[in-house]
Amino acid sequence: MTLRTVVEIVNGKVMCGEEQLDREVKMGFASDLMSDVLTLLADDILLITGLSNNQAIRTAEMSDIQQILFVRNKVPTKTMIDLAKAQGITVIVTAYSMFKSSGLLFANGLEPIY
Amino acid sequence: MRISYPVAPGDFSNAGKVSSTIKSLLKQLNISAKDVKRMVVAIYEAEVNMVAHSYGGQIVCTLEADKAIVEAIDTGPGIPDLDLAMTEGWSTATPEVREMGFGAGMGLPNIKKHTDDLAIETGKDRPTHINMLFRLEGATDGS
Repeated sequence: MTLRTVVEIVNGKVMCGEEQLDREVKMGFASDLMSDVLTLLADDILLITGLSNNQAIRTAEMSDIQQILFVRNKVPTKTMIDLAKAQGITVIVTAYSMFKSSGLLFANGLEPIY
Repeated sequence: MRISYPVAPGDFSNAGKVSSTIKSLLKQLNISAKDVKRMVVAIYEAEVNMVAHSYGGQIVCTLEADKAIVEAIDTGPGIPDLDLAMTEGWSTATPEVREMGFGAGMGLPNIKKHTDDLAIETGKDRPTHINMLFRLEGATDGS
């Protein structure tokens, strides 16, 4: 699905990277544990997380992840947005929980890694 | 080419800065995307470890045509039991480190997974010297 569809499904707000909303994303991974994200071999996934700090952006950067969905209205700081912009990462925020966001995206065809 | 980057202890907000700088460098050198990813993931884990657990140190990259050696060298306090530290799930991380999304005891095992050879010299009250070897598959995919 496109990132635009992701935004619609989770009723999200795009914080940066609007120009990439037509990008396709096939798989999602939901975790607050960045160490776990760093073990993934797949890239170009949607990272769904409630961990709103610099390390979430850095982890995405190192893992070649181009899109992050922050759940439960975890609004990223300006530093995080600046980091994301510098790496061309699209950041989306939703009020939905990680469970609800993941469930809706899965039901609409976003695939799991494992 | 040999380049050294200092890593400050406890500077959580900047953890990842060195790895980011190294990633930009590796991409410029036309190293394949696959190799860049496994290298920077290992380097980032090492950097986070250094910020979280050490008195500070440096990350030294030695780049050759067909391989890269990345060393993470700190000034202590060392790992008393390396076998335990290499066990997935074992961690001495502080709550602060866990709040960063780390400290699940996956760092060193993950570094091992992403390197072609890993050597660690350490001990209680000693510096830790992590030596990561990456054999490069060549500049086949610069994208």
